[in-house]
Amino acid sequence: MRPVIYVLSFVAVLTLGFWAYREHYQTREALGEVSALQREITDLREALNLQRAEWAYLNRPDRLRELSTLNFDRLGLMPLQPTQFGDAAQVAYPATEEMFAPIDNPVSVLGNTEPTGDFP
Amino acid sequence: MIRTPLRPLARILSARSRGENPDTIETDNLRARHEDMRDRARGRAEVRLLLLGAVFFMAFCTIGARMGLLAATDPVEPRVLASGAEILAQRADITDRNGRVLATNMLTHALYAHPKDMIDPAGVSVKLAAIFPEMKAPDLERRFKDGRSFMWLRKVLSPEQMQAVHDIGDPGLLFGPREMRLYPNGQLAAHILGGTSFGNEGVGSAEVIGTAGIEKALDARLRDPAQAGKPLELSVDLTIQATIEELLDSGMKMMNAKGASAVLMDVHTGEIISMASLPAFDPNDRPNPVLPKGAEPGDSPLFNRAVQGVYELGSTFKIFATAQALDLGLLNKDSMVDARAPMIWGKFKINEFEGKNYGPLLSVSDVIAKSSNVGTARIALMIGAERQQAFLRALGLFDPSPVELIEAPGARPIVPKRWPDITTITVSYGHGIAASPLALATGYATIANGGIAVTPTLLRRTEPMKGVRVMSEKAAYDSIAMLRLVVTKGTASMGEVEGYSVGGKTGTAEKPKAAGGGYYKDKVINTFAAVFPTDNPKYVLTVTLDEPVETSGPKPRRTAGWTAVPVAAEVIRRVAPLLGLRPQVEALPLDGVTTVRN
Repeated sequence: MRPVIYVLSFVAVLTLGFWAYREHYQTREALGEVSALQREITDLREALNLQRAEWAYLNRPDRLRELSTLNFDRLGLMPLQPTQFGDAAQVAYPATEEMFAPIDNPVSVLGNTEPTGDFP
Repeated sequence: MIRTPLRPLARILSARSRGENPDTIETDNLRARHEDMRDRARGRAEVRLLLLGAVFFMAFCTIGARMGLLAATDPVEPRVLASGAEILAQRADITDRNGRVLATNMLTHALYAHPKDMIDPAGVSVKLAAIFPEMKAPDLERRFKDGRSFMWLRKVLSPEQMQAVHDIGDPGLLFGPREMRLYPNGQLAAHILGGTSFGNEGVGSAEVIGTAGIEKALDARLRDPAQAGKPLELSVDLTIQATIEELLDSGMKMMNAKGASAVLMDVHTGEIISMASLPAFDPNDRPNPVLPKGAEPGDSPLFNRAVQGVYELGSTFKIFATAQALDLGLLNKDSMVDARAPMIWGKFKINEFEGKNYGPLLSVSDVIAKSSNVGTARIALMIGAERQQAFLRALGLFDPSPVELIEAPGARPIVPKRWPDITTITVSYGHGIAASPLALATGYATIANGGIAVTPTLLRRTEPMKGVRVMSEKAAYDSIAMLRLVVTKGTASMGEVEGYSVGGKTGTAEKPKAAGGGYYKDKVINTFAAVFPTDNPKYVLTVTLDEPVETSGPKPRRTAGWTAVPVAAEVIRRVAPLLGLRPQVEALPLDGVTTVRN
């Protein structure tokens, strides 16, 4: 009985040792990956910040004004004028096609009849 | 355990038979039993002590080992928990009210040298001087060779310059990372933003500190690590600021002025939508000009005319006198006041512009529309010195503006110390009292806000502002109607903008001589303070021109109606649509009777 217990416990120690070894290296690998990712995040954030600054620099009003002046032929951009405000009522409805052409060609006559009954 | 009986029968019997006392047997047995008990108790106590000692020993060993371990290992950040990527920028961004960037940070590098590690100091000096124009080769070489072990070469480098320095390839040249403040819009809103510089500098990093404007006033907020990721939102609108600066610049050149400023304020919240001062500077490269002797402080581009420019603003103050008279119920807007010019008060003579005479009687509306000094003086005398002071103080014209700029607390309005009747008179038409254009805009905003005091701010406000009531709503409403009359039939007729009923008041003030003693005849400050739209006031605009002159006529004109008003009208025409105001067709005043003839 006793030798069996010895052998079993020896095997158990070996297995646990192997397991601990693997866990250790997996943890280290994961940590390495995390720090690499974090470095990447930091770099990307830096790049994002720089690009945001660049975007703001490229979109500065002076430059846009110059560009719109240079490309006036193509774009025809002018400063916003008060007259450019519109009303929803001013928007034309899309032209609808009539479903039926006039069937009996009626002649519409507009006007008032004189009391005498004649057309003016 | 087998208990030994104290009086075993066999021994007692045999003792008795021998004639001995059996009690001695009992005592003997009792003693033996007690000794046995004592031995067992001692044994147990010894084991316990040993166990306790062992536990303490192990605990101390553990603590000692841990301490030794902590002392011996290098400190490392806990890598798994750290999500500190948010704390990237040490200074928060500044954005406009729509989130467009006004100031941000950029990563760059500083250049320093370890001359002792340098292989070829002479060659390095020549190559550095070729890259950086401000460096001189012989000078550098001398400093490299004088035995120092460290020296700064440049605070910031562009990427191209950094590559060029890399290409020199000397191990004695080193780079330190730097966070640099960047204002991508250049001169735009320069006076609001101010500028920054480096504080304490180290090889690894340098602190960025604000040197002027809002960067300095809110330095603590901008540097607060807890709020570093949250940009500081200003009330300024980038588009409108750019438009106003452009128009003000062209207006300033057209009117031959040497400086100009404009303030656009939301009357309900007190938010400053735009604040411009010309000439301006580039906050990325804040200049440090040395002014020639005898120059005004306003000649420096760093000078913020809108806040620091404390000028006598002239007739724009008249509306405060009439508004107060209406509020106190002394007059209504159609009451007639004595306006015979010149008015003699003691040894002083009060004249109208160009010696005109609007008398004998003028209605209160016309006093404002025609800008009558005498009429305003009479109204001010009705109000009296004490009430006038209290009213102007309530409007914030006696104290520095509370706006979030470091320059603001230093720009105290110039208020007369004594207040005799003649001061009451001159102050009523804006002489002898000096205030900044921003303070004037705040005063007008209070009137336009229905008489509730407005606190100006450069930070975006989300909730409506709370203020104290300074005048009745009726008085404020009537004052706005009178300001409208100034544009329709008074001194600011060029201020008419179709679709936006503009009201406002002109002001022309001669500049006081720097050496004291009187005023210049040909140097004026022209101001136009406008409110629009007058039927439901939303915005106040002040435009101030420094020493303008309009030369299209036969003789030069220096009144605000010819200089500041057209500029302000153009600003309103361009800015009102950007503010989202629709042009309104103005309702014609209803006439009582219309005569019709067949």
